[in-house]
This record gives sequence, structure tokens and C-alpha cells, in this order.
Amino acid sequence: MTHSRRKWLLISVALAAAAALAAPLAHAQQKPIKIGFSMALTGGLAGGGKGALISMEIWRDDVNKKGGLLGRPVALVYYDDATQPANVPGIYTKLLEVDKVDLVVSGYGTNLIAPAMPIIMRKKLVFPALFGLGANEEFKYDRYFQIMPAGPAPKLDWSKGFFELAMEQNPKPKSVAIVAADAEFALNAAEGARANAKKLKLDIVYDKTYPPATTDFTPIVRAIQATSPDIVYVGSYPPDSVGMVKAASEVGLKTKMFGGGMVGLQFAAIQKNLGPLLNGIVNYDFWVPEPTLNFPGVNEFLAKYRVAAKDKGVDPFGHYLPPYSYAYLEVLGQAVEATKSLDHSKLAAYMHKTTFDTVVGKVKFGKNGEWARTRTLQVQFRDVQPDNLEQFAGPGKRIVLYPKEWKSGNIVFPYKQ
Amino acid sequence: MFSADLLANAVVAGILLGGFYAAVAIGLAIVFGQLDIVNIAHPAFIIVGAYIAYILNSRFGFDPVLVGLLAAPAFFFVGALIYRVYFLAFERTGQESLSGLAFFFGVMFIIEVVLILIYGVDYRLVQAGYIGQTWRIGFVDFPLRMLVPFAVSAALTAAIYAYMSHTFMGRAIQAVAQDRLALQLMGADPVRIKQWAFGLGIATAAIAGSLLIIIGPVEPSVGRLYIGRAFAIVVLGGMGSIKGMFIAALILGIVESMVATFAGPSWSPAVAFGVLALTLALRPAGLFGRQ
Repeated sequence: MTHSRRKWLLISVALAAAAALAAPLAHAQQKPIKIGFSMALTGGLAGGGKGALISMEIWRDDVNKKGGLLGRPVALVYYDDATQPANVPGIYTKLLEVDKVDLVVSGYGTNLIAPAMPIIMRKKLVFPALFGLGANEEFKYDRYFQIMPAGPAPKLDWSKGFFELAMEQNPKPKSVAIVAADAEFALNAAEGARANAKKLKLDIVYDKTYPPATTDFTPIVRAIQATSPDIVYVGSYPPDSVGMVKAASEVGLKTKMFGGGMVGLQFAAIQKNLGPLLNGIVNYDFWVPEPTLNFPGVNEFLAKYRVAAKDKGVDPFGHYLPPYSYAYLEVLGQAVEATKSLDHSKLAAYMHKTTFDTVVGKVKFGKNGEWARTRTLQVQFRDVQPDNLEQFAGPGKRIVLYPKEWKSGNIVFPYKQ
Repeated sequence: MFSADLLANAVVAGILLGGFYAAVAIGLAIVFGQLDIVNIAHPAFIIVGAYIAYILNSRFGFDPVLVGLLAAPAFFFVGALIYRVYFLAFERTGQESLSGLAFFFGVMFIIEVVLILIYGVDYRLVQAGYIGQTWRIGFVDFPLRMLVPFAVSAALTAAIYAYMSHTFMGRAIQAVAQDRLALQLMGADPVRIKQWAFGLGIATAAIAGSLLIIIGPVEPSVGRLYIGRAFAIVVLGGMGSIKGMFIAALILGIVESMVATFAGPSWSPAVAFGVLALTLALRPAGLFGRQ
């Protein structure tokens, strides 16, 4: 090799190295794409909210490792709404007017999505939403996209599986008791359950709500028992779900199917504490570690979540909400990349027509922004052992009964404690 | 739907629930009822008691009630210290009415935030052999998850009642509630007595917290649900009356349980607070308060 050829080779290597170093530097110097949201980091829904934030940060880090969106890094801008709906409008106003975020997503839960809607609608923004039951029913906003797989008719679809399963049994149930917490989500769930029960010509023998501050559920369960219902549908929040399950055991509730819309039975700490009292209960869920729901990427995501969630006082497994809080950002990110734009009308059009591949499987939105088809699972607790947290990490404890395409086992009927 | 066994079970469930309410309210009966200190943070101290029960139960398997009893002396000293701060900052300067209320609001928020920062927001529960068991006598059920808190609360109330009636310090606390100046003229130090009484009130929160977590799951902000109920019980029983507080708690528990069984649980708070309003209309000083 001559001296000049060696010199040119060295220059080429140096230029290539400089270009390689300059690319991430340029990426780092690019103005980030800011995604703004409120999140329940304190207050009643903080258990879910903190877990959601952890998974959103995992998504941000995953995306930034791959070069960000449109070649720009992604930054999350968020504020604690303290589970107070009154805080939400102020937070979104600040995000849009002061922080100048490029994109917004919702906080966690029906009560905290609805207050943001008027501001989002006025600005005509795309609004991916996290676990609101029928939150767009009144607004009918065409840029709302709900990641919770409740289905096109969320209130009805929420309990449809529970009632369809019941009616497939022999002998067919004839009567139902419906009990729900006196709060937004549970009332919506109860409304859907009532409509489903009427459609199936079930006799509603008990239909009551209870105040959220209820301490002892044994009088309620005993009053339900007195009406001898064939099935019992419960719409409850975590502390009430625990109280209701314990009371059912203490009173010796005799019914053929029990559960339906109990929030909290998806959380590891509560599952561990209730242990065998859960056996036989049929309840809604959105993701469980059954082989039929092994979507590409979900286990890798959950492995990252388990590391990030350690010692943070949140659900250690993150089966319920975290995959979906990762997925609603995946949907938004995929839309931005595909349209190569932050134009909200282009994003909305793309999100309506596309089927997205996410860690929660294929996501296709319907006209009203809900999932085009329901995937509200009905799972049955089986063979749960006392005082064992790890048993819930793997398959076999929450058998998927509904919908049929995701089914991993058959129902044990009637319900036995 | 009405039947004798439903009625009997509703009454028993109400008594057991009322017993637990008494444990929540007894500290306030001393602090608010006798010392006139609006300690809005009392339920937050109960949550701290519940978390201590959770920690020692989950790590070492200690019984929650035992933990509550062991933690009570530490709570006493914390309570005494808080009263000293309250006295120096507000009571001494006569600003205790509004500023004092704000102070205890602040204490409540600080406790909640500290618990969130340390333990997060996940629900916490305890394990004990008796949780989940039910004694059945005839057709009446006694779930031990409710019976144990009732028994502990009844014993706690009896102990506080005896202490207030038969000891020098107990009588001094009652005296400071009635006439602080007269007590001072007798050579006693009302501030020291109030500090002792405040500590005693906070000490009961350790036990109430351990009972709360036996009944159901706890997270840092759950104490707020009990603020209204606890104050209502103290007022219904008659300010400063331990006996009245216990009976008021039982009445509230029974009313809630009966309404939940026979009319529908959503009516329970309205009817229970209706009873409070009616009682106060007929007896403005409460059931056992001095007219």
C-alpha cells in the first residue's frame, strides 16, 4: 500500500467514525417530541396509575433506544392528578399552553378521562385513552381511541361474556343479583349487566348499589343470599372486592356463578391475600399469562416491568394495566412513524383504518374509538393455593373462558367455595 | 325478604361493625371530645398503625393485634410530641381554632405522602389464622374478621373508661376538659395533662389501625373515609363521654347494617347520619353529653 492510499484509507475511516458518532449526537440535539398526560400517582387509583407510568417509561426508553420518533427523541411530560377529576382540566391546559406538548394521551380511569375531553376536543387532538368505560359515549369524539378492549358497546360488552357463559350452562340460570359500588365505573358495569340480564330474560331478584365507604359487606351478601339468585354479578372497586369475597365465604353464599366486574382481583397482592377464597370465581380481566394470550413482545415487556416495578409499591407482575399502557403509546408511536407527521388529522385517519401490532395483540379501533370487537376476558380462578404470590406469575390459575377464540379451558360450574 | 335469621344476623353484624367504629373513634373522643382539639389527622394515624401491623405481619408473621398493642406506647410519645408542637405554635397564642385545623390537615397530608413515598400505593393486607373463619351459633354467624376487632375494641373502651374514671390522671384529663383555670388554681399543669391525654388518644390509633387491616385492605389515603364517621360518633355519644361514644358507635353500626340488609346499602350513610341529626335535634349535647 502506498503512502497516499494509506492516507486516504485513514481519512475514510475517520470520516465514517465521525458520521457514526454524529448521528446519535444529532438525535440527542433534536428537539424532543413531547407526550403529555395526567396520571393518578396519588389517591384511590394510584396503584394502577403508578404501574401505568412505569410501563410508559419503558416504552419511551425502548423507542429512544431505536432512535426515537421521526428521528427525534421522545419525552414524557406528566403531572399527578391525585385521582381528582377537578385537577384534570388544569393539567391538560398547562400541558398544551405552557409545556407545548406535541401529543397527548389520557390518564387512567373513566373519571379522569372525561374531564379532559372538552379541552382535547376544542384543540382537535388525537386522544389515546387508558381504561375508561364508555367515556366517549356522550362526547362522540372521532379522535378518541380507547385501548381497553371493552368493545364497541363498552357497557354491554363488559358483562356480555359473564352472562353468555352462564346461559350456556345446564340447568340454565333463571335469576340474577346485581350489586355495584355507587361510583362511575361500577354503575356503568351494573347498567350493562342489567341490560344483558333483561335481554336474556333473567329475573333480577336483587339490584342495589352500596356507598364506596362501606366497611362490612356481610349484611349485603346476606341480603343477596336471602333472594336465592342463580348467579351474582358484582361491580366493585379493590377494597370492596376483597370485602365482598371474604363476606361471601363467611356467609357461605350459595350461588352458581359469582363475580363479573370486580376490580382488584387482577392485582397480585389481593390475589395472594384472598388465596383459595378466589377459587371458582368468574371475573373479567384483560390479560392473564395463559398460552392463548402469548402475544409477541408481551413477555419481554413484562420482564422489564418486573425489574422496574421492584420495590416501588406497585403490582409486581403488572398483568392488568401495564401491557395496555405500553400498548396505547405503541399505537400512537406507530401512527406517527407511519404518517411521518404530528398532524392530528392525519394521525386520527390512520388510527381509524389501521390494525396495530402491539404487546396486547392486534388492536383495531371501531368508529366510536373503542375496540372494533370486544376482548373483555372472563377468567375463572382455579386451584389457587394459600399464601403464594408466585403462583399467579404463570399459567393455570386464571383460566380464560371467554371469548371463545382466546379460551384456555372450560368453566367449572356451579361455583363452589 | 324479612326473616328472623336475617334480622338477628343484621343486628349482630351491626354490633360487630359498631365495635370497630368505636376503636376508630375512641382516640377522637379523648382528643376532640375532651380536649376540644379538632384532630382531623386521627384517621391518618390509624393508617400508620395499619401499616406497622402490615410490616411486622408480612415480615415476621406477628399477629396484627399484638403489633397494635406493642406500637401503642410509641404512638403515645409521638402524640405527646405533636401536642407540644401544636401547643407552642397555636394553642398558646390562642390561634388553635382555624390554624390548628390547618395544622392537622397538614399532618394528615404529610402522613399520606410519606406512606406513599415509602410503601407506594398498592393495597396492603395481613394474614392471621382467624381471618376467614366464622363461628356459627344457631343461625347467627360471627365472622372472626369482625369479632376479633369488636372484642379488642370493647376491651380497649373498657380500659380507657376505667382509666378515666378511677385514676388520678384520668380524672385530671376530665377536669381539664371541664375547667382548665380551676385545675391550674389547684396547682396542676393543664398543658402536661393535655399532652398526656393527646398521647393517649394517638396511642389508640395504633390499635385501631391493626383492627382496620384485619377487616380489609389498606392504602395510604383510605383513612379519609373514616373522618366523618368518627367525628359523628363522638358528637352523637356526647362530647367527652367514652361510654356514650361506644353506644353511639354501636347505634351507627346497627343502623348501617339493618339498612344495608333490608332497604339497600346505598341508604346506609343517609339513614345513619339522619339518626345523628335527629338525636342532636332532641338532645343537642348528644346521648351522654352534659346538657
